[in-house]
Amino acid sequence: MDFEIPDELYYTADDEWVHAEDDFVTVGVTDFAQQQLGDIVYVELPSVGDQLESDMAFGVIESVKAVSDLNAPVSGQVIEINEELVDQPEIINEECYGAGWIIRIKPTDEEEIESLLDADSYRKIISKRDT
Amino acid sequence: MTSLKRTPLYETHRRHGARMIEFGGFELPVQYTSIREEHFAVREAAGLFDTSHMGQIEFEGPDAIAAAGRLFSRNLAALAPGRVQYGLLCNENGGVVDDITCYREREDFAFWCVNAANIEKDHRWILDHAASAEGVRDASAETGLLALQGPASAAILARVGAADAAALRHFRFARTQVANCPAIVSRTGYTGGDGFEIYLDSDNLPQVFEALLGEGGPLGLVPAGLGARDTLRLEAALPLYGHELDEDTSPLAAGLGRFVDLEAGGFIGAEAIARARDAGLSQQLVGFALEERGVARAGCAVTLAGETIGRVTSGGPSPTLGKSIGLAYVSAGVTEPGSGFQVVVRDRALQARVVETPFV
Repeated sequence: MDFEIPDELYYTADDEWVHAEDDFVTVGVTDFAQQQLGDIVYVELPSVGDQLESDMAFGVIESVKAVSDLNAPVSGQVIEINEELVDQPEIINEECYGAGWIIRIKPTDEEEIESLLDADSYRKIISKRDT
Repeated sequence: MTSLKRTPLYETHRRHGARMIEFGGFELPVQYTSIREEHFAVREAAGLFDTSHMGQIEFEGPDAIAAAGRLFSRNLAALAPGRVQYGLLCNENGGVVDDITCYREREDFAFWCVNAANIEKDHRWILDHAASAEGVRDASAETGLLALQGPASAAILARVGAADAAALRHFRFARTQVANCPAIVSRTGYTGGDGFEIYLDSDNLPQVFEALLGEGGPLGLVPAGLGARDTLRLEAALPLYGHELDEDTSPLAAGLGRFVDLEAGGFIGAEAIARARDAGLSQQLVGFALEERGVARAGCAVTLAGETIGRVTSGGPSPTLGKSIGLAYVSAGVTEPGSGFQVVVRDRALQARVVETPFV
């Protein structure tokens, strides 16, 4: 299978992507994740203002068959959630790197971003998992 | 880890892009493209499922037929050749050993189609209760099974040279040829809609699978996986062994009273089921729909005013209805359509309401 893995993003080993901007990061799930999950039917989102610790579950993504936790890639405060996903969770299947973004976090520690995976490292992880 | 069995279609599934999962000890396709797409293909045109993992146990001769009759929850003696019935195997306590379909081909020959995970258990159950092993045979290994389901199924069968089978009435079956291979075709299925099940020599499975897809493609036929099989059977409120049914569950609590012939009696478990009926059932299976966003899954607790009154046995999104549905065992008092209760999903109590089944 082919998976889109844009070079300019950071990644986590549990298949989320992180786009670093000036003073916040945008978080979503990767093409690999959305293909593995299949038809996404429900996303449980945190509230704006929630404080997240890195690796802490902040939400849940459900497809027809599977349930998967969403884990915070970095520590920080939730500053925005993608409310479009409440009514149309399938946007994640259609456009996981664009309109299917999930939350925006204002990180407490910029260095946590640098410790995330780059695209090449994430590609290596995926190539081992995809059978 | 025990090694998983594969059906003769394993390579075919991979070639069609299937993602494989474990089910009943077998490695089977969960989906080829998308569960939703496959689901809607079956509701609107047709889908083709590999159900070769299911087991077939044959009964030949009067003694074997009599043994089958003592275990089957319906009146096998009254089942005419050419007809198939859904029914149960029950234990002495009235719990369900398996749910099966029973095919009566001739007066002296019948076979059962049983759940994959229960093949060995059922076979042993039969031998433990038969006067002798003579005439009882597990034919699962050499028998392949395809399910061709959906409104276009009959037209597709006609295109592969089985027009005679396409004319069968529901719950009838016949020996015929499908794509030039000998087959037993039965107008049955597990989707709640029209469709056929096609028994073949397992060696012929790849050839017939491809012939059906080739001829059926123009009519909208797609290969379909276990994911769609589950959403389709859930919408039809058909039980899945291990979820709605097990050895501690009464068929009456599962709402399967019409498949239990207590009058003809004589089958193992009949007395216990009659006693349970007279004593009254404490729990009953109902269909529910969630009234809030979220997905109820098997194992979720059912509560009323904070008190646990039952549990979900199957649940998920209904592609047809666009909402979450499920089946749950609940206490008497909340079983009527319209009754409300809560389903606990990850510590949140979501409002649910009992609805009529089948859901669609």
